[in-house]
Amino acid sequence: MSEVRIHTLSVLVENVAGVLSHVTRFFSRKGYNIESLAVGPTDDTSVSRITIEVMADDASAEQIMNQLRKMFSVYSVKELPRKTSVRRELVLIKVKAEEPDMRNEIIQIVNIFRASIIDVSLKTLTIALIGDEDKADAMQNLLKNFGILELARTGTVALERGEATLVDDTKENKEFNLGKNMN
Amino acid sequence: MKMKCSQVLMECLLEQGVDTVFGYPGGTILNIYDEFELHGYGEKIKHILTSHEQGAAHAADGYARSTGKVGVCFATSGPGATNLTTGIATAYYDSSPVVFITVNVPEALIGKDAFQEVDVTGITMPITKCNYLVRDPETLADVVREAFAIARSGRPGPVVIDIAKNVTLTEVEFESLPLSEHSKSGRLAKRVQRSNNNLKAPEPDGEDIDKLISMIAEAKKPLVLAGGGIIRSKDAVPEFRKFIEKLGAPVTTSMMGIGACPSDHPLFTGMIGMHGTRASNIATTKCDLLIIIGCRLSDRVALAPHFFARNAKIVHIDIDRAEIDKNVKTDHHIIGDARRVLELINAKLPSYDYPEWREEVFSQKTKEPVSAGKTTPKEIVDIINKYTDENTIITTDVGQHQMWLAQYFNCSRPKQFISSGGFGTMGFGLGAAIGAKIANPDKLVVHCTGDGSFRMNYTEYATAKYYGVPVITVLFNNRALGMVRQWQALTAGRRFSQTTLDRGPDFVKFADAFGFEGVRVSTKDEFEKAFEKAVKSGGYYMIECSIDTEDLVSPMIPGGAKSDEFLLD
Repeated sequence: MSEVRIHTLSVLVENVAGVLSHVTRFFSRKGYNIESLAVGPTDDTSVSRITIEVMADDASAEQIMNQLRKMFSVYSVKELPRKTSVRRELVLIKVKAEEPDMRNEIIQIVNIFRASIIDVSLKTLTIALIGDEDKADAMQNLLKNFGILELARTGTVALERGEATLVDDTKENKEFNLGKNMN
Repeated sequence: MKMKCSQVLMECLLEQGVDTVFGYPGGTILNIYDEFELHGYGEKIKHILTSHEQGAAHAADGYARSTGKVGVCFATSGPGATNLTTGIATAYYDSSPVVFITVNVPEALIGKDAFQEVDVTGITMPITKCNYLVRDPETLADVVREAFAIARSGRPGPVVIDIAKNVTLTEVEFESLPLSEHSKSGRLAKRVQRSNNNLKAPEPDGEDIDKLISMIAEAKKPLVLAGGGIIRSKDAVPEFRKFIEKLGAPVTTSMMGIGACPSDHPLFTGMIGMHGTRASNIATTKCDLLIIIGCRLSDRVALAPHFFARNAKIVHIDIDRAEIDKNVKTDHHIIGDARRVLELINAKLPSYDYPEWREEVFSQKTKEPVSAGKTTPKEIVDIINKYTDENTIITTDVGQHQMWLAQYFNCSRPKQFISSGGFGTMGFGLGAAIGAKIANPDKLVVHCTGDGSFRMNYTEYATAKYYGVPVITVLFNNRALGMVRQWQALTAGRRFSQTTLDRGPDFVKFADAFGFEGVRVSTKDEFEKAFEKAVKSGGYYMIECSIDTEDLVSPMIPGGAKSDEFLLD
């Protein structure tokens, strides 16, 4: 068994009821916790893209992908390696900011991270940050000192760099499709 | 034409050529059942009312396995649907095409924990190829057409259609479509188009075939392993037999592959795996090329996956890409329907012969089993062989008797040996026998069972008798749950915890109560006489054959052990 690491899987699915629980079932069956999950429609409203991050060994991740690929409501699955993909996450942080110095300091941090303040109250600031996990983690760590009241992360969404897309005409895709062909 | 969805469903079944439905009515599904009477669909589609939904599920499965056609099963919501689940899983694990149709509570009640409401699609998700909850009446016909296509194509499997009750009463516009037009309309058209876009030609890759041909050319000790995929693939068996004749190498099968190669074929080494023959298992460890066709290498075949065929290059041919490298790491694979792949291989394969390798394999003889009883299980199966031929279908339950049949039954064609392999469902055999007999009225159907399995679903005798479905039951009675007892004897210090069945019933009286002729025998001669009579009568016959409780299934390789580490040989 190879070492356990984060795998980012991008899954194109038919936009129908139940498809998300169908997809996530494979992870719980193998006993893996999903680290992050992001779902949304694509340019074709009948197709959704699910981006899943899971901590697993390579063989298990491969098996989960294969089980997903054979599902009728799944069109395509691909692992997106860190090096060859762009990845972003949106984080909303509501942080305590009662004293003026604290407010200034927080605003400076927000500027350094090129995040933005999207809501202000007398006692709080709400910050929106877009970035990869490392950037989100770093900012979250800094703001901890001021007192984070609430935090919401969307989970990573990712696309491959360059021209490659998920439904490339690869041999593997063809092989999985052969099993789904109607006769 | 305007009609209610309950009638649409019946029309859709007729489009698919369905002649028999197995099932059990109930509150939510009653509008559909009403169609059998109201619009006379009972004239065109025969409904078989079983004693229990599980029996209906197994019967639909037996119907499908013995014909290759899609079996159909109805049940009501709640307990009706959950009673199906063991049957659905049984079909799923052995890739049997069955469409299960259940009706759930009306849409307005879904999610309110209504009477007999259960989340059918949620429950059946892990045990179906695909499932649907129909809420929109307009989609029903489309869903049914897609469900049947999915059930029978590719790697076959069960599909569940759950329909909200109010849908069955709703009127919609419906036009019947011939089967050949289905792939050009609705959801199915989209699906076909989608898969064809990615799949320029639904053909096995030619280069993959060539690579296998060259691997065969280099091999000195090839071995062929056939699984249930050969049985499920339409007309694959003649191509498979052509292939093995050309190759001239030893051939083994998994239990699901029984019938791919005739049992008495000179190249056949017998079944592989936990209770497989010496020759088959030793050959896997010694071969230098293992060609696997339509077999998923479960833990009962590849007992120790990392050591399985450890001296061989492994080539896996399967229609399901997800099976490749799932259990055993392979060196090469070909994806495609077994018949088509074998056709392409046969067109390029020269003839080979491996007399020394064959000699090496076939010199590994399995010891004749010994028995403390008056009759050995092998003797019983030998007598079954003597009085039956290729026009016989054997169904089994699960346990020792199943293994004895798998080992000794003289199987000559596919779809002749019907058994729950992957899921190991006790109580499968009688339902399956009823389904198989209804689908094959001109064939003799023999249901082999043990005293444990038989008691699970034997009330289906009422179904068999009422509908005029003659089957013969051969009951191997060892007054124990023999297979579990065998493990206890070998690995649990002979502590026979809860495996002794010293509690009846009187099986002969039981058979009598259901209108079957029951007879109890304890010697080989008595059995032969009884079986001969049973075959002549054609059915409604139960032979309880007393065997020794200590009889074991051998050979045996324990789970996780290497293929040559026999616990019993």
